[in-house]
Amino acid sequence: MTMLSERQQLSYIAAQAADARLNVELETEGMTLNIGPQHPATHGTLRIIARLDGEQVVWAEPSAGYMHRGYEKLTEVRTFPQVTALINRIDWLGSFANEVPFILAAEQLMDIEAPPRAQHIRTILFELSRIANVSLFLGDLGVQMGAVTPVFMAFRDREYVLNLIEGATGGRFHPNFDRIGGLKDDLPKGWLDETRQVMKKLRNFCDEIEDLLFGNEIFQSRTRGIGVIPADVARQYGLSGANLRASGVDWDLRRDQSLPLAYDKVDFRVWTHPDGDSWARCWIRLQEVREATKIVDQLIETLPPGPVMTKVPRIIKVPEGEAWVSTENPLGEMGYYVVSKGDLGPFRVKIRSASFNNISITPWVLKGVYVPDIITILASLYFILGDIDR
Amino acid sequence: MGLVDRGRLPAPLTKLFNIGRSYSMWVYQWGLACCAIEMGAAFGSPRYDVMRLGVIPLPASPRQADLVVVSGTVTDKMAPAVKRLYEQMPEPKYVISMGSCANCGGPYWDSYSVTKGVDQIIPVDVYVPGCPPRPEALLEGVVLLQQRIKHEDMGARWRGEGFKPIVRESEPIVVGGGPIE
Repeated sequence: MTMLSERQQLSYIAAQAADARLNVELETEGMTLNIGPQHPATHGTLRIIARLDGEQVVWAEPSAGYMHRGYEKLTEVRTFPQVTALINRIDWLGSFANEVPFILAAEQLMDIEAPPRAQHIRTILFELSRIANVSLFLGDLGVQMGAVTPVFMAFRDREYVLNLIEGATGGRFHPNFDRIGGLKDDLPKGWLDETRQVMKKLRNFCDEIEDLLFGNEIFQSRTRGIGVIPADVARQYGLSGANLRASGVDWDLRRDQSLPLAYDKVDFRVWTHPDGDSWARCWIRLQEVREATKIVDQLIETLPPGPVMTKVPRIIKVPEGEAWVSTENPLGEMGYYVVSKGDLGPFRVKIRSASFNNISITPWVLKGVYVPDIITILASLYFILGDIDR
Repeated sequence: MGLVDRGRLPAPLTKLFNIGRSYSMWVYQWGLACCAIEMGAAFGSPRYDVMRLGVIPLPASPRQADLVVVSGTVTDKMAPAVKRLYEQMPEPKYVISMGSCANCGGPYWDSYSVTKGVDQIIPVDVYVPGCPPRPEALLEGVVLLQQRIKHEDMGARWRGEGFKPIVRESEPIVVGGGPIE
């Protein structure tokens, strides 16, 4: 190595100093990015406050409560039959699924059970609301990544499911069909045939989405390996539903729990995925729609005859006691802890909704991701604001 | 547009402008709660297809919008944001209040955290009742609003006279609430 001349040494030092100066100039200050409360990607009015370094998230915090409507307090001033009209609106995409755990809890307290036909129809409508919920997720997923076509397809095929729910219950969106001790009505004539056809359409929709969206290279590169949640972290944060199964945890309340619903009479598979990234969460939900269509098909074939309502008193008074019932809702575990003091209405209802726990992982999972990935990770976590804030 | 600013526009030209405005409404999708999904079905689905009515449902920001559909429950925490978004819209601007919650509080009439009606904070042109209203009901609300715009005095709107009072001088329209004009 030759010795550098004085002139060379000086120029070397000058170059170093210039580099250092440039680094000082280019040093990025922290910036706070506020997403929401009104933002198309937040599925409602969620607000995310993210502190950025360049394009990377250093710290992120969800700010919930913009849709807090006070359900737990309102249920205390409603009678038991009135509560279902209210709690329909918690997870507004799968409305019927919200009623079922509450009604089951009330039935548990009253020590009655719905007749088998009512249990079957409940399960069918439960799965239909799952399809209505998750099919919109599949369409909405495209919008978050810049593809607008899937959402049109989702709305097109979701309409068929909503028509079915409307045909059976009279309510397109919020059925309020479940009663303590059974159902309001029996299924209308010709409903079963139509359901079979619609389930075929929905399976086609799933195939289309799989080809169009999941097979898309951009979609894959935006989701694969991004927002990875390991199984133990997912458990610690209390994730449930597809978010937990996407992390490889084989957990499904439909299968693991014995409730007076017809899930023990059907054969279905609980899908899990080992990756735990955004892709896995989306893929699990796609498979869930397929499984739900199969469950509906099987239940239609084995629909037992009989009444849809047991004998219940005209004025419902639930005896004193406490009950906890939770079911596997489209978004995850949803449960009601009902305390009754023998009155017309519940004394206290604690609502455990899935999205609140699912969203609580955002500070952990958003740490270190890039700004555009915030949107895809939030989309893949799939929350509904009514379900977070209640 | 100096003539418009001074409120001196010939009647035939007013009519022409009003037809143009009523059939090129950019509507900002203000999804708040359950009704947002029905609004999405009305505006974003092939079955209801709102573009055939001359409504364009996808502006990027409220600053580009003429019409806003407040769809869903407005809570007391959300109300300042709703007002701020409304104030960002350029005049002339119109508001459709969709669903019982935005109209009057709906099923949360006795809740401690819900604003009982969005008309407490911003003026409303059309009320669409229902919980949630069907997409067809929202489309009818849009059609009724277009009828109102066609009979409007543009000069007054451009001077911002419709902005001052909380409740506009003209009666708000209620879908299914009888004939208008």
